[in-house]
Amino acid sequence: MIKREKLLEIFTPLLAVIAAFLVGGIFILIIGQNPIFIYGKLFSGTLGNPYGIAQVLFKATPLIFTGLAVAFAFRAGLFNIGCEGQLYIGSFLAAYLGFTLVGLPGFLLIPLCILGGMVGGALWAGIPGILKAKRGAHEVITTIMMNFIALALTNYLIVRYFHMPETVHTQSIALVARIPRLSTIFPKFSGSPLNYSFFLALLACFIVYYILWKTSLGYELRAVGLSPSASEYGGINIPKSVILTMAISGALAGLVGVNYVMGYKYYFEQGFAGGVGFMGIAVALLGRNTPIGVILAALLFGLLSFGGLIINAYVPKELVEILQAIVIIFVIASSKPFRDYIMKLKKKTLAQGIAGTSKE
Amino acid sequence: MTERVVEMRHITKRFPRVVANDDVNFRVHSGEIHALVGENGAGKSTLMKILYGLYQKDGGQILIRGKEIDLSSPSVAIEQGIGMVHQHFMLIPPFTVAENVILGREPKRGKIFNDRKKATQDIRGLSKRYGLIIDPEAKIQDLSVGLQQRVEIIKVLYRGAEILIMDEPTAVLTPQEVEELFTIMHSLKREGKTIIFITHKLKEVREISDWVTVMRDGRVVGVVKTEETTEEELARFMVGREVLLKVEKGPSQIGEVVLRAKDLEALSDRGLPTLKGVSFEIRAGEILGIAGVEGNGQTELVEVLTGLRKVKKGRIVLGGKEVTNASPRMIFESGVAHIPEDRHKRGLILEYSVEDNLILGHHYKPPVRKRLLRLNFKRISENARNLIKRFDIRPANKELLVSSLSGGNQQKVIVARELSRHPWLLIASQPTRGVDIGAIEFIHKKILEERERGKAVLLVSAELSEVMSLSDRILVMYEGRIVGEVDPKKTKEEEIGLMMTGATQQVASSK
Amino acid sequence: MRKTFPIGLVLLLTIALILGCARKEEEVEATLRVGLVFDVGGRGDKSFNDSAYRGLEKAKEDLGIYYEYIEPGEGSDRESGLRMLAYQNFDLIFGIGFMFSDDITHIAREFPEKKFACVDYTVQPGREIPSNLAALKFREEEGSYLVGALAGLLTKTNKLGFVGGMDIPLIHRFESGYKAGVRRANPKATILVGYAGVTGEAFKNPAKGKEIALSQYGQGVDIVYHASGSTGLGVFEAAREKKVLAIGVDSDQYHEAPGYILTSMVKRVNNSVYNTIKDTIAGQFKGGVHIFGLKEDGVGYVYDENNRDLIPDEVRKKVEELKAQIIAGEIEVPRE
Repeated sequence: MIKREKLLEIFTPLLAVIAAFLVGGIFILIIGQNPIFIYGKLFSGTLGNPYGIAQVLFKATPLIFTGLAVAFAFRAGLFNIGCEGQLYIGSFLAAYLGFTLVGLPGFLLIPLCILGGMVGGALWAGIPGILKAKRGAHEVITTIMMNFIALALTNYLIVRYFHMPETVHTQSIALVARIPRLSTIFPKFSGSPLNYSFFLALLACFIVYYILWKTSLGYELRAVGLSPSASEYGGINIPKSVILTMAISGALAGLVGVNYVMGYKYYFEQGFAGGVGFMGIAVALLGRNTPIGVILAALLFGLLSFGGLIINAYVPKELVEILQAIVIIFVIASSKPFRDYIMKLKKKTLAQGIAGTSKE
Repeated sequence: MTERVVEMRHITKRFPRVVANDDVNFRVHSGEIHALVGENGAGKSTLMKILYGLYQKDGGQILIRGKEIDLSSPSVAIEQGIGMVHQHFMLIPPFTVAENVILGREPKRGKIFNDRKKATQDIRGLSKRYGLIIDPEAKIQDLSVGLQQRVEIIKVLYRGAEILIMDEPTAVLTPQEVEELFTIMHSLKREGKTIIFITHKLKEVREISDWVTVMRDGRVVGVVKTEETTEEELARFMVGREVLLKVEKGPSQIGEVVLRAKDLEALSDRGLPTLKGVSFEIRAGEILGIAGVEGNGQTELVEVLTGLRKVKKGRIVLGGKEVTNASPRMIFESGVAHIPEDRHKRGLILEYSVEDNLILGHHYKPPVRKRLLRLNFKRISENARNLIKRFDIRPANKELLVSSLSGGNQQKVIVARELSRHPWLLIASQPTRGVDIGAIEFIHKKILEERERGKAVLLVSAELSEVMSLSDRILVMYEGRIVGEVDPKKTKEEEIGLMMTGATQQVASSK
Repeated sequence: MRKTFPIGLVLLLTIALILGCARKEEEVEATLRVGLVFDVGGRGDKSFNDSAYRGLEKAKEDLGIYYEYIEPGEGSDRESGLRMLAYQNFDLIFGIGFMFSDDITHIAREFPEKKFACVDYTVQPGREIPSNLAALKFREEEGSYLVGALAGLLTKTNKLGFVGGMDIPLIHRFESGYKAGVRRANPKATILVGYAGVTGEAFKNPAKGKEIALSQYGQGVDIVYHASGSTGLGVFEAAREKKVLAIGVDSDQYHEAPGYILTSMVKRVNNSVYNTIKDTIAGQFKGGVHIFGLKEDGVGYVYDENNRDLIPDEVRKKVEELKAQIIAGEIEVPRE
């Protein structure tokens, strides 16, 4: 019985996605195009060839990191809207280490740059964490503000000190700090910047899953997320867990830099993220704040994003954005009643055991 | 006898996988107070929700004043003169009494404007007639729980109810407020109203009702005239077996001082002084009861003792060790167990499973935790299996979410967890609130066992009878101070009740 | 209702399918197949990107080309977009904006048989421009110098304003040319400078543009020059509100606020796009850097029947003199 409910929980988002595509089809009709043709293009261009698949995975990589960052914080009861800022600071730090420590060998420099990205993000998210823990400042407000500061700060650093002439990017990182592309072993992926960061993203998902559900730390963080007052009663240090949660969440966001700086462009470019930090919120929501869900949601958004580019020749850009928004709306709208329904089922099953009815 | 105002015949209500009401017959005559009793989950609330139109029956017939009525929604029920006083008040705190009462039924002047004056007058009239003394202009947020309940009753009467369903109205009241409520119920009865009174407190049934219908497992197991039955018989009906209503207290060995609190002062959440110099001692092998009307500092006292609230002044010494303003974890580690007053807010993480709740508070140390912060799942399920068996937690499934358990079993989870720490001092705050008779009996037994093992117990409860029957000594709290210490064997309940209201004040003038 | 909705949907889609099958993909006969990738959020700025689009449109009408364009959603789409066009049978592919410089260089190397062109290409020391890539560079500072001189001569308050989009070197070039022109024509004038932001958003934030311009006008400025994409639309709004003047950029922006636009510093992106297409058809495509300055008529300022009344003849004469001097190389306009 429980199994059937689990299945429902998995299929609900899937149904919502299908429904969203149907409604998106109406929009395509309205602008005078044929939905079957457009969707055909979209899927054949993304999933129908190795390059397309690689591009979808490449686009999913940063979304996994930010989605995971949001989901992790959410599990611990915090709403991290500051991924965008955190990933800029983290990426900048990764790039900075990459082009200053040029003398180091790769086996040192690569971990160092990755660590730099994590530390940058962790610091940037840690500040709102400390403000929340010590002063009660709401993290939604502070993380949003920290986004502005991060953007302004990195821009200042780039424009005043680190830019290459006439560009808004830094110099390139050391050759040894570059993360190889997957096309080096799968030549069919050639042309796509998909790189080993994708596996780092999957690994991060596993680690987050492990921390949250297999360790006493995760036990505490989730407890704080579900019931701060019961956690306090249970002897959990809430300020500490708030700060730690934000730092870990920020570190995950900071890893976006690994994909972009170390695996794609090999430099930090101002404005490169273009909102993946915010998309992370949608990814986490769609993924139900579970690591597996985040991966699936990121893949879906990766597909929509690259597929959008492919159908852009036939339909306006805005349509793809509408389609993405419809998917999000449908998934969120569908989740509530279904979850309630599932909850009810669960309660009833149990009530049977206790020989009673619904709760009084 | 008089007319049958409500007759529910062969009512069946099925929820997915559970039959909440199974061929239930329920009759109420006009002008009587009819008690509907049963354990949590026996189906009494479902039955009443069907009568009020909140649920739809799957089978059976409902006759109101002899006529079959399809109660498809509460508005139909209201038309039929049925009103419900909910357990959880549905009032808007910043609005006045009058505004709350007329909400949705505003008397209009012209077409748009509310006739506030008329509303106030109407309410005054109802107040007077039924002895429901209240100021229509007062804001709800400034009223005590007992007065808020009066507003609910007035609201129902204002809508013309002849049949009042009261869903566990005494659960939230102090003994004095209960007395006042009973007075009101009597005057309602005198005015010809019919009252269906849901409860599981047998003493109240004896005191107020004319007839009793007992439910168990979705069925009616007995309909008796109150004067022809006893509490013991009702309890047997409810639980389905013999129940010990009286606590059997064995002798115990009073030992050394375990906890010493001196001149404790603390502020409430709103920043007002709430503990004003509280001092006491608890010794090993005794149960120290704290009696008092809720909101007189008991909650804060327990929080201060367990590290959940900082003291402004004073000291707490636990077994010779100073623990003033120590963290909850440190206090736990010093050998204190705590059954919190609000199990939903404090005691449990509702979305965690039973087994996960059973490790809360010692999740961070071996043997529950292995190296590298890993949880020892084998150990966790072993622990859960063990405690579920020892404390008879039902259903015996450690993987269920604790939120899906009944109140009594949730409370057993907490008791099991806290006693499994082997504490020196057990602080039990409202340990049986909202719990059914079977569980009350069980929890009382466990608390007494701790005492017999030579542990110290601090018992805080709003149920005076509970404090009286379990404690060796009782401290009475009033307005943040301890206003007296009594020996429960030598003191009458009324006497303590008087002290609880500030000793100098009169007990409920309406008596 | 609940059940009819999805059924209706399916029905609709079926009809669409039938219609769709009836319609075949057009096979286009064209002199040249041109692909173009705008920058993120570029189209519809009534300025730089739209100017490129006009060049495409004109080439379609005059030369009979077929074109497709792509509007990227985020940074990495620039590369993907170029690559997608390169994979398909396009002969000439444009990247619009300096942000394309890196990507288009790489892709041009990967597809040596195709031709590429990049507007505002950034030349980097040590990087060779592939022979199949035309780098189209404009001397915005020269055009800005002239509108700066014009503003310096016409200001009554001796206070002038500059509103930049994103705070980056490219826009700094507009600023420095403008400042130099003002100083040359009117050494007493002061210049207030404001930037709309530090991300690409700064090029499409009219509200912010209006806010900055209003504050500058409020401090006594009577002419504001903007180099900020559609953010400039807010600058014009402010000028209209305050009944003062503004200077447009990239395209002739007179029609955005008739009567309040003193002139526009035009950057003839359309011409560069059109000419590159024309050269390619004629088999005369040339890789490497193409400079479009005053000399090449790649930049300039608008003087026509719309704004003739605003610019007295002697002022016009003075500015034309400066223009001649720049073309002759007698004036060196600072780039940063």
